[in-house]
Amino acid sequence: MSFEWLHPLLIATALVLAVIGAVRRVNLWRAGKPDQINLIAGLMAMPGRYLHDLHDIVERDKYMSRTHAATGGGFVLSASLIILVHLLGIDSQILAWALLAALALMFVGALFVFKRRLNPPSRISKGPWMRLPKSLLAFAGAFFVLTLPAAGVLPEGSGGVLLTIVLTALIIWGMGELFFGMTWGGPMKHAFAGALHLAFHRRQERFGGGRSTGLKPVDLSLAKEIGGVLGVAKPTDFKWNQLLGFDACVQCGKCEAMCPAFAAGQPLNPKKLIQDMVVGLAGGTDANYAGSPYPGKEVGHARGGPDHIITDGLIDPETLWSCTTCRACVEECPMMIEHVDAIVDMRRYLTMERGNTPNKGAEVLDNIIATDNPGGYAPASRTNWAADQNLPLMRDVKQADVLFWVSDGAFDMRSQRILRAFVKLLKAANVDFAVLGDEELDCGDVARRLGDDATFQSLAKRNLAVLSQYKFKRIVTTDPHAYHCLRNEYSDFGSDALNDVEVLHHTTFLNQLVQLGQLKLNNFTGAKVTYHDPCYLGRYNGEYEAPRELLRSMGIEIAEMERSGFRSRCCGGGGGAPVTDIPGERRIADMRMDDASSTGAELVAVGCQQCTAMLEGVVEPRPEVKDIAEILVDQLVDQTADSKVGQLAQEVH
Amino acid sequence: MQPNQLANKLKIVSLVSVGKHPQSGRVRRADQDSRAVELGMKLASDNLIVLHAGDPQEQALRSYAGMGLKSIQVLEMDPAADAVMPLGEHLQQSGAEIVLTGVRAESGESSGMVPYQLAEKLGWPIVPRVADIVSIEAGIAEVLQALPRGQRRSVKVRLPFIASVDSAAQDARQSAFGPASRAVMEVEVVSAATDAVRQSWEEAPARKRPKRLKVVKAKTAAERFKAATAKSQGDGGKVMKNESAAEQAQAILELLKEEGVLR
Repeated sequence: MSFEWLHPLLIATALVLAVIGAVRRVNLWRAGKPDQINLIAGLMAMPGRYLHDLHDIVERDKYMSRTHAATGGGFVLSASLIILVHLLGIDSQILAWALLAALALMFVGALFVFKRRLNPPSRISKGPWMRLPKSLLAFAGAFFVLTLPAAGVLPEGSGGVLLTIVLTALIIWGMGELFFGMTWGGPMKHAFAGALHLAFHRRQERFGGGRSTGLKPVDLSLAKEIGGVLGVAKPTDFKWNQLLGFDACVQCGKCEAMCPAFAAGQPLNPKKLIQDMVVGLAGGTDANYAGSPYPGKEVGHARGGPDHIITDGLIDPETLWSCTTCRACVEECPMMIEHVDAIVDMRRYLTMERGNTPNKGAEVLDNIIATDNPGGYAPASRTNWAADQNLPLMRDVKQADVLFWVSDGAFDMRSQRILRAFVKLLKAANVDFAVLGDEELDCGDVARRLGDDATFQSLAKRNLAVLSQYKFKRIVTTDPHAYHCLRNEYSDFGSDALNDVEVLHHTTFLNQLVQLGQLKLNNFTGAKVTYHDPCYLGRYNGEYEAPRELLRSMGIEIAEMERSGFRSRCCGGGGGAPVTDIPGERRIADMRMDDASSTGAELVAVGCQQCTAMLEGVVEPRPEVKDIAEILVDQLVDQTADSKVGQLAQEVH
Repeated sequence: MQPNQLANKLKIVSLVSVGKHPQSGRVRRADQDSRAVELGMKLASDNLIVLHAGDPQEQALRSYAGMGLKSIQVLEMDPAADAVMPLGEHLQQSGAEIVLTGVRAESGESSGMVPYQLAEKLGWPIVPRVADIVSIEAGIAEVLQALPRGQRRSVKVRLPFIASVDSAAQDARQSAFGPASRAVMEVEVVSAATDAVRQSWEEAPARKRPKRLKVVKAKTAAERFKAATAKSQGDGGKVMKNESAAEQAQAILELLKEEGVLR
């Protein structure tokens, strides 16, 4: 082979350009706001996170996980060996053979990437991504041939000028994509940014099987600072590691495939949203985006930059308000990107700075501020639903085993049926419980998801102040949204009211009671039953099993929907979406009910009053919708029933 | 020319009071007053002056500010004292051309007299229950008054004038936390006469008067619709369209004497 000096020079050039690009890219991220992250610990943990946390998610698709392991692993190995063998010129047959093996592995992986791209599903992006498998093949193939002499397979200097020219061209192409493109914004950017994203992730608790779903509070004192802004107006208002996270996107579109708003034809596509964030942080337009658009919106007109206000030209506010905060995208994302955090951050700006919460949003927020409930009902009427229930009030008893958090379902007649059922179960199991009565306020869930963190924080602090006056071991609620706030979001406000207190969803608690034998149940004899996982119970809190076990304890064999468990589809009721009500082509609740109907079930068991309301809003004929507490109460073995019959008989005579 | 551009140069003042939520009794921006601010912002955008007489620390003022106001002028005085005198003096000196108020306050006396008393004190005309100000040209404003059942009456009035804003006017925009906490309270301490009579009053929630049930005699849907939407027919009175202005004025004068308004 001629021009021996050429290839090391090319490799060196590509690496230098890659480093320049990396510095440039890092500076784009550093334009974001500071965040408390231990950089060294993050970097140390990164390989483990890649092999464990990230790979676990990719592993859901076996084909892709093997392909990626071969291609990615082969590439990382080859790249380091290329530096040793070809750049530093270390003359070792062992290294050369190792390099050949790594390149072969990469080549085989790249073949599978190529095969995948022959007939790609609609969710994945095309454009430059279609070129990637060919670039991978060029890189692996060319370096393979180039390494043959070093391994002693071919004599040094074999091959003519023509071969050298072809090889050189392929190497330039391959390295252009894999070294240069990695830091200058090509498809391979995902490897560079992704690795650092794993190291510096904003929710470090997510790694190692942890869960971190509570939103981060806004520093409200920013409002009075000069130049301070609440929420995210411009890309530079994000934390720097959020910006880094956006850059890690591989555009696989798994989020898009799961997003209920996208499926309903509302103008949201989580993948496009993240790509628009990348446009924002780097500056430019979305003209190069080659994936599915926001439904009903043409690609190419969005323009942004690090210091441009995002909702003025880059993203339509409707896109942000379409999200139900169901977290399906976050759960599905192999790069562990936090879409919901970003969306709520931008909503915060719209609500707290612009005063632009759409449709009924403003009215609901006004109601919450004035009456501590979204419906604007008189605060003193909060316990009217329980006028006949004779519930012990915390104000009177001061302590109880269980604090029953009633939630705003107290004002809704349908939800009251769930509450009554639950109270009946509590009484049947002789649980020592009490309620807060009028002292309870809205948990703040809707206000927070609508971006009004000021109101959320005010409610949280006042609720915590009330809670701190009483003694209880457990809080149990029938509302997964209140459950999530109490369990995951109230801990940010420096109160010890919930220290050593177990926060439980009613299905978890009832399941404990049934397992302990405190509730006796008859077998359910009705028709086929399916179970709908509420997002805020399942994905937000990881509770998939207790409701199912409860149903099984009544002898119910659950006919699972295709999308259940962590892949459950949202009912459309979260994140204030029913309030902001962004039009689409279908309703999310209708789609979910179709999922349920297709199992042949005649009863949908639910564990959330929002889900109940949304699913019951679907026109009939459809399966019946019941909260698990309501199903349980019908199967309750009434131990006092016999004596009651006796009494009745006496009265008659 | 857009009415906005003309009105931008006008000095418009919206008077705001402390509202009270009907369900919770909590302080808030008063519904009609915030509509007055909304109308003022539509006409004068950033040049609108929002004026309150009372306590500058009052939280309700912040929820007006959240509509996007840079500042609120506050005449600091005892909130229970009579605000008409200091407001009148302030408005006289400020050179205001349009003063917008609510029809009646949600707390305190809630008599609805403030706009009338101010008008009397300033010697300006008052247009009660305004739904919108359509245009302002050559010192004359075209104003839409809200009448029952969604009817509107177009009125022309010479500047300066006072208008009380009806609940039929455009909804107030959302109040946002950021601007609410940033707005400046420009405080001027004023002296106001203590309302001696009011001090002896006791406040209690109002109770709705019992109402005689209306027996619907209509047999068909069309009749019911008519009954629900028909204009209320005032009895008595006459319409004078073709008479001369002097004759019309004479008729009004006679009526006022007859009713005992003028003596």
